[in-house]
Amino acid sequence: MKHIISILMENEAGALSRVAGLFSARAYNIESLTVAPTEDATLSRMTIVTSGSDDVIEQIIKQLNKLIDVVKVLDLNDGRFIERELMLVKVKATGSFRDEMKRMCDIFRGRIIDVADGSYTIELTGSGSKLDAFLEALDKAVILETVRTGASGIGRGDRILKL
Amino acid sequence: MELSGAEIVIRCLQEENVKYVFGYPGGAVLNIYDEIFKQDKFKHILVRHEQAAVHAADAYSRATGQVGVALVTSGPGATNAITGIATAHMDSIPMVIISGQAPTPAIGLDAFQEVDMIGISRPCVKHNFLVKDVKDIAPTIKKAFFIAATGRPGPVVVDIPKDITAHLGHYEYPKSVEMRSYTPILKGHSGQIKKAIKLMLEAKRPMLYTGGGVVLGDAADQLIKLAHRLGFPVTNTLMGLGGYPATDKQFVGMLGMHGTLEANMAMQNCDVLVAVGARFDDRVIGNPQHFYNKDRTIVHIDVDPSSISKRVKVDVPIVGHVQSVLAEMNELLDAETRTPDAAALKAWWTQIEEWRGRNCLTYNRNSEIIKPQFVIEKLWEVTKGDAYVTSDVGQHQMWAAQYYKFDKPRRWINSGGLGTMGVGLPYAMGVQFADPSAKVACVTGEGSIQMNIQELSTCKQFHLPIKVVLLNNRYLGMVRQWQQFFYENRYSESYMDSLPDFVKLAESYGHVGMNIEKPADVEGALTEAFNLTDRFVFMNFITDQNENVFPMVPNGKGLSEIILAEDL
Repeated sequence: MKHIISILMENEAGALSRVAGLFSARAYNIESLTVAPTEDATLSRMTIVTSGSDDVIEQIIKQLNKLIDVVKVLDLNDGRFIERELMLVKVKATGSFRDEMKRMCDIFRGRIIDVADGSYTIELTGSGSKLDAFLEALDKAVILETVRTGASGIGRGDRILKL
Repeated sequence: MELSGAEIVIRCLQEENVKYVFGYPGGAVLNIYDEIFKQDKFKHILVRHEQAAVHAADAYSRATGQVGVALVTSGPGATNAITGIATAHMDSIPMVIISGQAPTPAIGLDAFQEVDMIGISRPCVKHNFLVKDVKDIAPTIKKAFFIAATGRPGPVVVDIPKDITAHLGHYEYPKSVEMRSYTPILKGHSGQIKKAIKLMLEAKRPMLYTGGGVVLGDAADQLIKLAHRLGFPVTNTLMGLGGYPATDKQFVGMLGMHGTLEANMAMQNCDVLVAVGARFDDRVIGNPQHFYNKDRTIVHIDVDPSSISKRVKVDVPIVGHVQSVLAEMNELLDAETRTPDAAALKAWWTQIEEWRGRNCLTYNRNSEIIKPQFVIEKLWEVTKGDAYVTSDVGQHQMWAAQYYKFDKPRRWINSGGLGTMGVGLPYAMGVQFADPSAKVACVTGEGSIQMNIQELSTCKQFHLPIKVVLLNNRYLGMVRQWQQFFYENRYSESYMDSLPDFVKLAESYGHVGMNIEKPADVEGALTEAFNLTDRFVFMNFITDQNENVFPMVPNGKGLSEIILAEDL
């Protein structure tokens, strides 16, 4: 099953490679990984999307906690949470496609952030599955380029990951 | 007070009460070596290869419980140290390894003797640090010792660029360490401990299975107390030998791939298994699916949460320092009115004695060729069971583990997890420094000893009275054994040709060499060697080439699918 794991870690050189190295050394999956500093400049927050059986996820959480630079680990799937990912898609927009693309973008509540003679660049946020759905709804031939940030996640309501 | 980075390194090591630093100089650590020259608070032991420096420091730690310290230069010095570091990591040995690094401005420019030590060592250390400012040296070394020695211990690398060791900086050694990201759990959960006690008291076929954690956690006394109070059988892993006295009647021997029949059968057939500082690894329980065929309730005490439910699902996990958890169990049992089920226990012991009665460690005692097992038995007799025994890796290691009855912890020094050939001689050096008057035997093979044989020179320099017990069968014995059993006798590259004359080799370093070719000479040679209390003696025992290690649980098989010598 897919899990989203949030990690608070010391904002130090090499911390990212410790996490990435752990996943490759122990043959765990990484679907996506994002990392950025938090409002506390000494801490980074990382979000990892991974998958595995309950036993594997339990080991992943334990192994992450064992890393000296890791301060806190939370499996967002243990409770209610919100997942968001940002995607930029450059699509062909010529002739009748121009209106069609605008409509598709509106349906998925995207925004066109760059307009050129032959293309639009669309910005879309949502869960990973929503972004997947948007791409599936498009004709493959019109997609010129895509870039995705990987998921970020946060617990709902009182679920807070902080020091 | 302004000091150079190199002086700060030395002060920090003195502050940590380091007695010995095992190392090898080179360009990037010249400033540090210059400061070593000027001080006499700790001794530097010059080895002949960096791998041996790390192994010796590792063994010093295994024998004393203190943090072992090694010092190597950048580049090849650092990469040579890696095997030693990985060996210590697999067996959870507390160490600090200081490596030199190219000067800060040169890092990343493929400088002479530059290697990314942080990147290379990352998968085989507990943690590592690159020091980028002279003011960080003291706090970093303080943290390194703290991390190495606490929680589940392990090696920590501190990589210091050469320019940092020359820079001047203010020196003050921190009194304590606070790390928000690292707070090892010491005390076990009381509720879980009570649950475990209840299970143990209700058990019909209980079993204590204990590992290296008991030795490293100095918990042998608490384990003995617990086992004697409950009357349960005890087995040790390879790493756990000495954690429970081997001559005690409740001891059923080592378990696992080359464990005794009684230990493996009891492990498979028990109804309540209490695992203490052990990790159910593949050489211990064999095939996990086969292990699951029998129902049992498992209590697992370990300082490392990630060791619990890793290979085998556990019913009652207890995360904590094994010494503290066992002490709490003993206290609870002091106040306990219930007692173990005596009738069930009696029946269980009857069953175990039946397995024990098969004498799974018998071998041909009337052989005209020296049997390796016989040498180990005589070694035990001659040293009155009170020596430190280091070993290399292979058949001789298993025979030493099976036939030398270790009654005390920290006496059996070997590479269990990584299985590193070549550790034996440098391990013996580290142990001899830890206890200069002790009897130290290095049980080895002609393959393993040649992997660090250059250390005969170090032994000469420091007058180390180590006794090498070479079980020379002219084969990479364990490889040959597997080829015989599983590769239809195709002995691919497992024969050792062109061996040196070990006696002459030893003598060329000023040591004593002996060739022993007859069983009748074994005891005399050992006695003579150990009587030479101030000499390094190299005993070359010409042993039976065809002897195999039994019992054996073949790879991928279950514990009760064990093969005995008599089965073949």
